[in-house]
Amino acid sequence: MPPNSLILFDLVERFGHEPLSAMKAIAERVTDLEIDSPPINVTSEDVKKGLKYAGIEVPSGIRGRLALWGPLIDEAEAAIVMEDAPYYFGCVGCHRTNEMVKYLLRKKGIPILEIPYPTNEEEAKLMVTKIKEFLEGLK
Amino acid sequence: MIKIAQLSCGTEYSGVQAEIEKAASIVGAKMVAPDVDLKDIDAAVEEFGFSPSSPQLRMMIARAVQLAHGRYDADAVFIASCFRCAEGALVRNEVRRYVQNHTRLPVVTYSFTERTKSGQLLTRMEALVTIVTRKDLLARERQVGLTVGIDSGSTTTKAMVVRDNEVIGKYWLPTGEVIASAEDALEKALAEAGVKLSEVEAIGVTGYGRFIIGKKLKAKLVQEELTVNSKGAVWLADRQKGEATIIDIGGMDNKAITVRDGIPDNFTMGGICAGASGRFLEIVAKRLKVDITELGKLADAGDYRKINMNSYCSIFGIQDLVTSLAEGNSIEDVASAACHSVAEQIYEQQLQEIDIRQPVIQVGGTSLISGMVTAMKDILGQEPIVPKNSQYIGSAGAALLASGFLEG
Repeated sequence: MPPNSLILFDLVERFGHEPLSAMKAIAERVTDLEIDSPPINVTSEDVKKGLKYAGIEVPSGIRGRLALWGPLIDEAEAAIVMEDAPYYFGCVGCHRTNEMVKYLLRKKGIPILEIPYPTNEEEAKLMVTKIKEFLEGLK
Repeated sequence: MIKIAQLSCGTEYSGVQAEIEKAASIVGAKMVAPDVDLKDIDAAVEEFGFSPSSPQLRMMIARAVQLAHGRYDADAVFIASCFRCAEGALVRNEVRRYVQNHTRLPVVTYSFTERTKSGQLLTRMEALVTIVTRKDLLARERQVGLTVGIDSGSTTTKAMVVRDNEVIGKYWLPTGEVIASAEDALEKALAEAGVKLSEVEAIGVTGYGRFIIGKKLKAKLVQEELTVNSKGAVWLADRQKGEATIIDIGGMDNKAITVRDGIPDNFTMGGICAGASGRFLEIVAKRLKVDITELGKLADAGDYRKINMNSYCSIFGIQDLVTSLAEGNSIEDVASAACHSVAEQIYEQQLQEIDIRQPVIQVGGTSLISGMVTAMKDILGQEPIVPKNSQYIGSAGAALLASGFLEG
């Protein structure tokens, strides 16, 4: 979180860990020619799979998103959550999904770093330092 | 190509985006997304005045603002969000109001689930396209010549013969085999009018069976029931000018349509639950062992407050009614409760998706059931207009609009 963060992706790889990201999950879908449900190839079957993470009362858009992020959460051994990121930093569009994803991560009991999106150079340096410390601590 | 601006949240993650686009392309339209600069989203949200947490809803608002300011050109608007999302429902409704206040574009709103298919959206999309492409035809207020309208409904088939703006023949019957029912209704309506089919100058067809009947009878007009019924309703009620709300509760689905000078600008359709349709009343009549035509009078003599209905469902609602009968309640009270159940569900679902405008015109087969009209009056706090031949709005509208294809 957020899904399109190339900075986070790069940092995670650089410190010897495997990044699990939404963009990777979506890329797998949109390049799979077997599926034809543009633009991101989420199908009604996926939305049903989302029931593993949220009940039938939950809106379909949330369950569809969780069908993508849920398996990543299942696989995750640690998480970095960036709060208040701007639009171009990547968003999955639904604040309720974001709340649920954070909850599922916390429920899992894995190490989580929650940091605000930096608004100036000073904060950006601090963010990178915090992420570095967090990732090194995972070894 | 008609451009329908899509203002939505969650369609791609619900797997329904392709269905929306398919429905649009079938009716010769194209879904478009108004361009928005990322840096303008927050300013648009501030201008709009409602600040949702979900980024995609903020984007939806920003797109609406682009339309309102004329920075993006579209012919119609489709507003959609996930069913059961509270934030989405709030934004969907306010965006609809905003678009209607700032533009003259026809609007339809929809809350989807992962099960939404193009077929469910087809009539709505077709109506949007009709409103855009046939504005001149829809502006027609008088029928000319000798024309026939046929409404092939899910429950009944209606035919009406109209000459020089006067109804001269009509007939309805339960829908069986689609073409046979239409031919039967047509034959009887022509017989009442005392004219031959060869004399008819144009035929208009609407309703579920419109395509197959239109082909068979070489109809000049084959058009969805949202726009046709609207025209029929304002024509029969003599409310062609100004604003009105049409509540059309038919045998299987229901519609709520707002019109301005007889042309729809916002509409919503049921079709999810039979408990909000005439079918529920048919089941109730059967259970009470009375004819459906007697149900209205019974309901008017009863008191719905004496009956405890826990469900609108046409199965579990009936169960409540049966339980009430077993407790000694009268069939009049039960009939009244059944009518109120349908009216309440229309109010809670369809009428929340539009802003009611005066006058309210109640049409469709259920408008013949006086208890249904009473129930709508109780809920709306005003007496709806029920025009003469209110069950014939589809065939009346089709006959009226078909005359637009005649020369001169």
